[in-house]
Amino acid sequence: MMVLADVLLLIVLMLGLAIVGTSRLSAAVRASAIQGVALAILPLLLRDATSPTPVALVIATALGTLAIKAILIPHLLTRAIREANVRLEVEPTVSLHLSLLLAAVLTGVAFWIGSALPLPRPARSNLIVPIAFATFFFGALVLVGRRKAVTQVVGYLLLENGIFVFGQCLAQETPFVVELGILLDLLVGIFVMGIAINHISREFEDIDTEALSSLRDDD
Amino acid sequence: MTAATALTIVLFVLAALVAFGLIALAVARRPGLSRGVGAIGALIACAVGATASVFALIDGGKDARALDGILPIGRIAVGIDPLSAFFLLAVFVVSGLAALYAFGYFAPHRAHTQNTAPTFFFFNLLIASIAGVVIARNGVIFLVLWEIMSIASYFLVVHDHERPEVRRAGFVYLVASHVGVVFLFVLFALLASPTGQFGFEAFHDAATANAGLATGAFVLALLGFGLKAGFWPGHLWLPEAHPAAPSPVSAVLSGVMIKMAFYGLFRIVTFIDKPAPAYGLALLAIGIVTGVMGIVLALGERDLKRILAYSSVENVGVIAIGFGIGLIGKSHGNETVAALGFGGALLHVVGHGLFKSVLFQAVGNLVHASGTRALDAFGGVARRMPTTAALFLVGAAAVSGLPPLAGFVSEWLIYVGALKSTVAGGAAGEPWAIAAVPALALIGGLALAVFARVFGLVFLGEPRRAFDPPLHEASRSMRLAPALAAILCVVIGVAPLAVVPLLSAPTQTLVGTSVDLSAAFGPLPSVMLIVAVLAGIALALALLRRALLRGREVRTAPTWGCAYESPSPRMQYTGTSFSAPLVESMSLFVSPTRTTNGPTGYFPTSATHHESTHDIAAERVVLPGIRAFVAGLSWIRRLQRGRLHLYVVYVFAVLVILLIWQLAALRGAA
Amino acid sequence: MLDIAIHLLVLFIYPPLLLGFIAKTKAAVAGRSGPPVLQPYYDLAKLLRKGAVYSRTTTWLFRAGPIASLAAVISAGLLLPLASSTAPLGFAGDVIAFAYVLAVARFFTMAAALDVGSSFEAMGASREATFGALAEPALFVVLAILAVSARSVGFSDIFGAHQFFSWDATYAVFIVSAIALFAVLLAENSRVPVDDPATHLELTMIHEVMVLDHGGVDLAFILYGAAMKLFLFATLLVRLVFPMGGRGLGESLLILLGGTLTVAIAIGVVESVMARFRLVRVPQFLIGAFVLAAVGLAVLFHRGIP
Repeated sequence: MMVLADVLLLIVLMLGLAIVGTSRLSAAVRASAIQGVALAILPLLLRDATSPTPVALVIATALGTLAIKAILIPHLLTRAIREANVRLEVEPTVSLHLSLLLAAVLTGVAFWIGSALPLPRPARSNLIVPIAFATFFFGALVLVGRRKAVTQVVGYLLLENGIFVFGQCLAQETPFVVELGILLDLLVGIFVMGIAINHISREFEDIDTEALSSLRDDD
Repeated sequence: MTAATALTIVLFVLAALVAFGLIALAVARRPGLSRGVGAIGALIACAVGATASVFALIDGGKDARALDGILPIGRIAVGIDPLSAFFLLAVFVVSGLAALYAFGYFAPHRAHTQNTAPTFFFFNLLIASIAGVVIARNGVIFLVLWEIMSIASYFLVVHDHERPEVRRAGFVYLVASHVGVVFLFVLFALLASPTGQFGFEAFHDAATANAGLATGAFVLALLGFGLKAGFWPGHLWLPEAHPAAPSPVSAVLSGVMIKMAFYGLFRIVTFIDKPAPAYGLALLAIGIVTGVMGIVLALGERDLKRILAYSSVENVGVIAIGFGIGLIGKSHGNETVAALGFGGALLHVVGHGLFKSVLFQAVGNLVHASGTRALDAFGGVARRMPTTAALFLVGAAAVSGLPPLAGFVSEWLIYVGALKSTVAGGAAGEPWAIAAVPALALIGGLALAVFARVFGLVFLGEPRRAFDPPLHEASRSMRLAPALAAILCVVIGVAPLAVVPLLSAPTQTLVGTSVDLSAAFGPLPSVMLIVAVLAGIALALALLRRALLRGREVRTAPTWGCAYESPSPRMQYTGTSFSAPLVESMSLFVSPTRTTNGPTGYFPTSATHHESTHDIAAERVVLPGIRAFVAGLSWIRRLQRGRLHLYVVYVFAVLVILLIWQLAALRGAA
Repeated sequence: MLDIAIHLLVLFIYPPLLLGFIAKTKAAVAGRSGPPVLQPYYDLAKLLRKGAVYSRTTTWLFRAGPIASLAAVISAGLLLPLASSTAPLGFAGDVIAFAYVLAVARFFTMAAALDVGSSFEAMGASREATFGALAEPALFVVLAILAVSARSVGFSDIFGAHQFFSWDATYAVFIVSAIALFAVLLAENSRVPVDDPATHLELTMIHEVMVLDHGGVDLAFILYGAAMKLFLFATLLVRLVFPMGGRGLGESLLILLGGTLTVAIAIGVVESVMARFRLVRVPQFLIGAFVLAAVGLAVLFHRGIP
């Protein structure tokens, strides 16, 4: 089981890289959907037999994650791309070459953190912490380095996925209920963003977030 | 021959070099004689010196001697050990070949009419001072010779001083040298501070006794020597000074003078018995940045000698990477890795000296014949200057690290060292050292692109421009000198086993302990085997081709013109177009600018396109830094009022402040 | 002795078959019957029977280029173990030599292309230089993963020790590096999506346009060398994913031949379902391969070397 979990974690990392490196919006959304599937399975594999959390709750979290991250949000985003008539390419402010190289550097940093961070108890797999941080960093990178609102949502998702993975090594400290709460927050957040995207595209005829700066007061 | 005898001979060689230089100056009225004495004298002296250093290396011993009370600065201490002997060998071989080349290069010619006697004086003085730096065993003597070296090379750089850009280049070089030497002053003062002694033994004791002092010394050495070596962003003087200098001088500057910085760093490392792992990692990081930036800048460059200068920056990076790997090995107590890293770095010092000589001298032949250094002016030169073309091909393949030449062997050693340093058992591994592998791979791949570009565009294809007088092959000595260097490159690449005896003793000196080098250098004979097989297969294929073509029709025809009505040689790819895709993907590092005036209207008259790459070190790091520094200092200028009584006030104020300070110190002591 | 004989036989005879299989796969996906799988052999035989036409612009380098390139590729083939775990020329450190000997081939192909003085060939050489340089770091990181995991810099140690076949994180690293290596393979061997060997528009080709002015025996050498280079990369890929250490010679040979054919079919499928990238996208593809391999290396270090 642990081996499978490791492979799954690596897949999460690769999908994160794919999101950073892709030039297509739909590919980024799809990759984040697959990442959602992987994250839904992950808690099941990482579950400790001695854990006090009831199995039903773990399964409920998995199903919730699957429903929201793998189905609902990607569906919303795909619809947003279609309806807001977005050009299908991501518009990076940090060039894709540089993003990828930065991602490599950040992965190195994440692995260093993973070997240096003291934990209350050793994580079940020593890949959890580095990959959590790497995914978190990738999210920040996408959030900062892309202009379109859709990619910002994807970045936000990546960020949250990183926190989700990190939560796995603290699963006994954080009750799954908290995880479910976070999931709900996320959903609401993305709904709000989705509505905002639609409004931005209606007002400005594109969804470039830099256009928002024209709302500023000073000019 | 023992080390002591070798040292005596080397001292005589230095005296002879200075003497030949002075004679060349004395007979300045007779240019032919002056040139003969300067060049041939230097050649003979270098040949003797090189022979003595080979014997000293094989002997592997060390010797030191000192003369007391002759100069007010203290004792004149000189000495020789395998490390010195190795660098002496490199200096004498490369400089000797440069002297031979200079004999032909400075022959009377329409391009330069000025008196060459001072040039030969400074040339011989430069060789002597470089060799002197290597045998100095006292900080003060080292610095004096280091300054003579900088000044002599400055006068050589401004050889064509009637051109303003040459004077500017010389000034940049002089400033860089002197900023660097400031750090060296502080470095030696720091090392001398515990004992007040400037001898190298005292330095060794000081650095071994105090780890903090050793780290300080290492950082200062990185700054001071780094500016001489051309560590990024201190490399800026190289692409100015190397092209400005005449080609024989460029070869010495690039081939040996910048390597003196590595000699200095190596010498500092021998003072430190237990280097911290961070030293090696720092040098590795510097090497990677320097190497990649150097070769990326060479990509977009269109001036042949600037390309070679940037390639020198790249090779300095490679040497620093090897040096870093060696230090990492040493600090982790892994002797095989240390030997691989140091050995690779040392061999690359010599290898780069040789193939950069070949390249600078081949380009020198081009410049000599055509009067231009512009890459895009040439084309099809191989048919006019076949020997120069073949020599440049060898140099280009060697500098790209291709087997079976010198560059491959040294880079191979560094690669293996990097891989082994990561996998050594227990705590001896250093995962970050693996960064050297992709960095060297990228550097190698880009170097291949750079030199395929230069070789292909200059020597192959159709001539892009007619020269008047037409291009001609260079004189005999100008072909002989690079040919000898090229042969040495091939020897190192084909028979690395022959170099191991010369490489072993200095590597031992750097590793520190007596270590069995067969683990490091053992597989080198297999490299010879590959070379033999490669050559054998190529020969067999050539024979096969000849046999197949026998009796068949072999015709010549024009190149397929892709259906153009009247293709012209001007339509060939240019240097800019060749490097465009790579420059585009590396735009982060070179910030290319383009201005295009496209054809407009139904009957367009003219169109222009201009494209250039920029050295971001200059534009974003060094120049803003200098500007900030100057702005910071400008308030001092306010003190200068031009009134005498104000100056008296300054002097008085300083004296009073000093008095109060001393009194306070006395109070405190009491 | 037997394994050396098999090595040479496979190395010299088998490679063009891969090209035949790629063509067959593409034809099958497109619903055509396609040329016979032995067509590359017929092509080579035809070319070897021809005379030669040389451009007036060319020098000796143009004639030496194909010879030097093919000799370099053959030498690389003598360094890489094929079916057994030793190669005829293998030594400690051949991992690095392998990549550098292939660089010799690239240098001479580019030089010969520049020798004809046509901008088209120079354009091909320029792109080859670009993509070759950018593919190099990814290739070396993959080689470093192999070297680090086996604690050795020799192919024979690496592939001799490489006999585990367990589904764990270390193996996952090999899969990740195999993906990166496949990307390098496509770039180094001028396949879609980096280059399109089938197109006849000079502006879009890379490798094909470089050899535009070669004909007859020279072209045969180049095509044969290209097939052999493809075979070498495919072998490296197969040995990375499918460890053969500790197996018998017959079994390994089957794995090698079957595995490389699978790679050929995979290339054929990729060429059928993908379009060529825009040229500006290719560097990104190669940087992506490098980053992928580098992440694999980081995981390998983090998990500890087996």
